[in-house]
Amino acid sequence: MLRLIPLRETILFGAILLVLALISTRFAGFSTPTNLARVFNDTAPLIILAVGQMVVILTRCIDLSVAANLALCGMVAAMVNVALPGLSIPVIIVLATGLGAVLGAINGILVWKLAIPPIVVTLGTMTIFRGIIFLISDGTWVNSHEMTAAFTAVPRAVFIGLPVLSWAAIAVVALFAVMMARTPFGRSVYAVGGNPHAAVYTGINVGRVQFLAFVLSGALAGLTGYLWVARYAVAYVDIAGGFELEVVAACVIGGISIAGGIGSVGGAVLGALFLGVVKNALPVVNISPFWQMAISGCAILIAVAFNARAGRTKGRIILKSSEGKA
Amino acid sequence: MTDTARQIPDRLQSRASRALRSWETLLLAVAVAIFIVNSFASPYFLNAWNLSDATFNFTEKAMIAFAMALLIVAGEIDLSVASIIALASTAMGLAVQHGAGTPELVAIGLGVGLLCGAFNGFFVTVLGLPSIVVTIGTMSLFRGISYIILGDGSFSGYPADFAWFGQGYVFWVITVELVIFAIIAVIFGILLHKTNFGRAVFAIGNNPTGALFSGIRVARVKFILFLLTGLMSGVAAICLTSRLGSTRPSIALGMELEVVTMVVLGGVNILGGSGSIPGVVIAAFVMGLVTFGLGLLNVPGIVMSIFIGVLLIGVIALPRLLAMAGGKRRAR
Repeated sequence: MLRLIPLRETILFGAILLVLALISTRFAGFSTPTNLARVFNDTAPLIILAVGQMVVILTRCIDLSVAANLALCGMVAAMVNVALPGLSIPVIIVLATGLGAVLGAINGILVWKLAIPPIVVTLGTMTIFRGIIFLISDGTWVNSHEMTAAFTAVPRAVFIGLPVLSWAAIAVVALFAVMMARTPFGRSVYAVGGNPHAAVYTGINVGRVQFLAFVLSGALAGLTGYLWVARYAVAYVDIAGGFELEVVAACVIGGISIAGGIGSVGGAVLGALFLGVVKNALPVVNISPFWQMAISGCAILIAVAFNARAGRTKGRIILKSSEGKA
Repeated sequence: MTDTARQIPDRLQSRASRALRSWETLLLAVAVAIFIVNSFASPYFLNAWNLSDATFNFTEKAMIAFAMALLIVAGEIDLSVASIIALASTAMGLAVQHGAGTPELVAIGLGVGLLCGAFNGFFVTVLGLPSIVVTIGTMSLFRGISYIILGDGSFSGYPADFAWFGQGYVFWVITVELVIFAIIAVIFGILLHKTNFGRAVFAIGNNPTGALFSGIRVARVKFILFLLTGLMSGVAAICLTSRLGSTRPSIALGMELEVVTMVVLGGVNILGGSGSIPGVVIAAFVMGLVTFGLGLLNVPGIVMSIFIGVLLIGVIALPRLLAMAGGKRRAR
């Protein structure tokens, strides 16, 4: 089983290289380091959210509210910037991340204390968060000329060759890779997803681990909310609409089992990069961007079918009692 | 999450399950209360024609909700229903461009729905994949195909008699959609509560392994449920397309949420194993009345979605909060 995880990532990495090679035959400029860095930067929000979603999915939950959380925190960050132009950007970033964590904690509390299925909780909070954005903004847009220059400059500021947005994704990935592999919390996430009953007997509070996973996912959504709004220099109700599906898709493609307990940070990153490469490649090879939705749908189906096959070879339970319901 | 799943009693074991019955009574009381509050809140509420218009708020969603209720009772879910509507509607629009008449359009709408349902069912039952991931995938795929075909364009020019489904009246204020809704409700009510098939659905939802060992063809029943959900999405696609008179790829966007909310509000256990069709019928009316009443009070649609979201979480949270407050007598 431990051997399967690197194998799955190698195959995915190979698939990304294959896509890049195919594009290069028609359009050589796509695979230059400059453009790849641009693709990475464009995919950075997806990478950050996918890593957070991975932790949630590993604990047998799902967070469908990330995009709405992102949009709400982004809107609040933008409105705070407009109302208090003097407030320094680090404070706004902490504020957005903190608000995201609080919204995530709401999801987590409902899952932990009331034992409501995560899909119901986050479907509900998804619409509630979007509605709140409308209420606080009155349906209006916050445009770039209302934001301060410093607010919009941060994600684009170049630091050792890469924009801050890219560095944020790299930092999150590094932090979570260490956390998942080297801390008691990271290991308890796998324990909870792998076998909740056994986790209880080893002294792990299953609900609390799930709660913390939601808080982490929410905090990352809040951080991405600021980065997103500042990068595109606009905030309105529908930003990142439907993005939660792309995030889940990145996780599924990255080999994270929706039944919990199986998956890695590297997988989530590769899954996000795969979607990012495809998205950026479509216009280059002259395919209408309208194809993207269907392609990511196919990628999800292929990935989940493939992962199930890979998992089955090691002689798992034959009768799956309750997978996929949570 | 699965270990706490079986706490809600099941109709098979205790036919007059008290919790369920009181749930439906409670829901009915809520519906009546909303009706009364609305008729005081707005002078335009108590008008037969307005109320008739209000039924469009829920009829199409409820058609899918009945099939979805069976699917959720059996422990599966289909998040691709709104995308099936988009694809079926796009297919009908495409057929209109090639001169199809109303009978062909209906056949195409139902056929695409069935095909999409079979596609979902194949992945879930034959390949044994979790339905939530499969239908999140097909949710992108089906609507993605609509986007490929339509781009940012739209189809219109449906034949005049096709408008009957979404805009016609059977007599006085009774719309065709309302009659279709009622017929489907009766069919699914009988199917779930009066047939062997319905009992198999409950059995599978409570214990798939046990159901298999008692001779139920679990995979086949689940496949049929996905077919039915696809078919009902096709019916809803016909009604919605006929009512709107045009097709865009963004048609029915986000409707899966409202359908699932309706099912859960109707007292169906989201983890499977229990639920009833009458509950879903009342839930449909509750949601329709709430959205219609708020609409009359000029509440914007997105604010209504807050109500829907709170309703969804609230109806599940409330009994659990009450149970916690009630001294935790009923241990899990």
